[in-house]
Amino acid sequence: MSLALSIARRGAIVIALPAVLIAVWWFTSSGSESFYFPPLATILQTFVDLWLSPQAVPNVVPSLLRFTIGYLAAAALGIALGIPVGASRDLRLTLEPVLEFLRAIPPPVLIPVLILFAGIGDEMKILVIVFGCVWPVLLNTVAGVRALDEVLENVVRSYRIGPVARLWHFVLPGASPQIFTGLRQSLSIGIILMVVSEMFAASNGIGFALVQYQRTFAIPEMWSGIILLGLIGIVLALIFRLVEAWLLAWYHGLRRTQRAN
Amino acid sequence: MSGSTTNNPGPLRAGTPAWLRGLAGLTGFAVILEIVPRIGVVSPHYLPPFSEIMVALFRELMSATFWTAFADTMRAWALGLLISLVAGTVVGIVIGSSSLLRALTHSTIEFLRPIPSVALIPLAVLLFGTQLASTLILVVYAAFWQVLIQVLYGVQDVDPVARETARSYGLGTWAQVRYLIWPTMLPYLMTGVRLAAAVALILAITSEIAIDTEGLGREISQTESGGAVAIMYAYVIVTGIVGVVVNLGARALERRVLFWHPSMRLDAAGAAP
Repeated sequence: MSLALSIARRGAIVIALPAVLIAVWWFTSSGSESFYFPPLATILQTFVDLWLSPQAVPNVVPSLLRFTIGYLAAAALGIALGIPVGASRDLRLTLEPVLEFLRAIPPPVLIPVLILFAGIGDEMKILVIVFGCVWPVLLNTVAGVRALDEVLENVVRSYRIGPVARLWHFVLPGASPQIFTGLRQSLSIGIILMVVSEMFAASNGIGFALVQYQRTFAIPEMWSGIILLGLIGIVLALIFRLVEAWLLAWYHGLRRTQRAN
Repeated sequence: MSGSTTNNPGPLRAGTPAWLRGLAGLTGFAVILEIVPRIGVVSPHYLPPFSEIMVALFRELMSATFWTAFADTMRAWALGLLISLVAGTVVGIVIGSSSLLRALTHSTIEFLRPIPSVALIPLAVLLFGTQLASTLILVVYAAFWQVLIQVLYGVQDVDPVARETARSYGLGTWAQVRYLIWPTMLPYLMTGVRLAAAVALILAITSEIAIDTEGLGREISQTESGGAVAIMYAYVIVTGIVGVVVNLGARALERRVLFWHPSMRLDAAGAAP
């Protein structure tokens, strides 16, 4: 009984403020004559018509596809390059300033650069996402590999564990908490680049649609696009958190027991 | 940073100093950028040799256009960062000090935080066109959450015993903020500053590229469409240098502000794990 009550209370606390905010938006905008701030009811109706119908497919699918390919490629590349750099002190000391410089370049700057090389097609947009997302993964992998447990390292060496098993059972899991820190930073960069690269030069995609609506003063459509991007950001963050919770379950468990002591 | 590796205490450790290696790496990178277009691996129309980019860079450094664009970018960055810092700190302390407020706002913060701030570009353009305010909307929306989250962690980290002690001695609200919450929170806030400073720069430049507000980003997209490729790369290098300086500056500030903190003291003694 009291358990049900406490769950109900917790649920109420979670939805209270969002409910109030949406209600305030709904009622203050309901009779809105303002051109830029249409009633929320209109925006939601437009959202359903535009994005929950088959006509959304030509814009949403290419965006998400480019994002997924670019992000996964950047993750693979960053981890694959980060492991040797992190493992070798010479390599790390030589490359670190170059990598720090490349990381510090604000990623959207790459859009004009890559337009030169790859035109304005899908390749350019995917490359922009790869180039923008790879540095946080790479640098965090380097840091993770560098900070591997020394005792375990010696155990692995003493038992003459082969390179493949060493990589799979020692290096990757040991560095994975750091790698995930990098992957998390890359996630928001990737979403930014997905949208901005489509705003610059494109014939499809969510960013492209958003700019079209804004230029043609299709205001409810524009708002619905903003909401869609917000939802995509939230869903991607959620998926990321689930994957992380699953793959790093051992690590979070370890941290909890360490803190309990 | 140098010499802090305890792995492999081999004979190499006494070898070349770290900064020399780094310099060699940077030189190698420049040499590759010089050779690749010269031997035709990449067309020099897309990537001019490094020396030409450097010449273009020095020519730009003499021009008023460059310094105006530079000042515009830095102004948007600094203003946006300042607004995010003040707002994030104040809101964070208010929310963090009450467990009820923390519980009530948690879902909303977790919901609003992952919304990409570039989603606001069309709205910013409609409301403010290419004015500074457009850039500030994007910068503040992105940087604010970084600060807020860190401050919330920091306020939560206050030692319960210290809190009870402060209450027993009858410290007022302001004194508690000043002597209890602030020192506990400061390391977290500094992490927030570091993250927010980098994000604010990215969004300032993004806005200049995507919205065409004035600054280094706009110069890059304009020189690209104008075919002045060497100048474009010169600006790209400048944004990279600005990024590095922002990162290093934030880290230096962190060390300076937190010189009293155990984490920094350990670091200075070279005994950090």
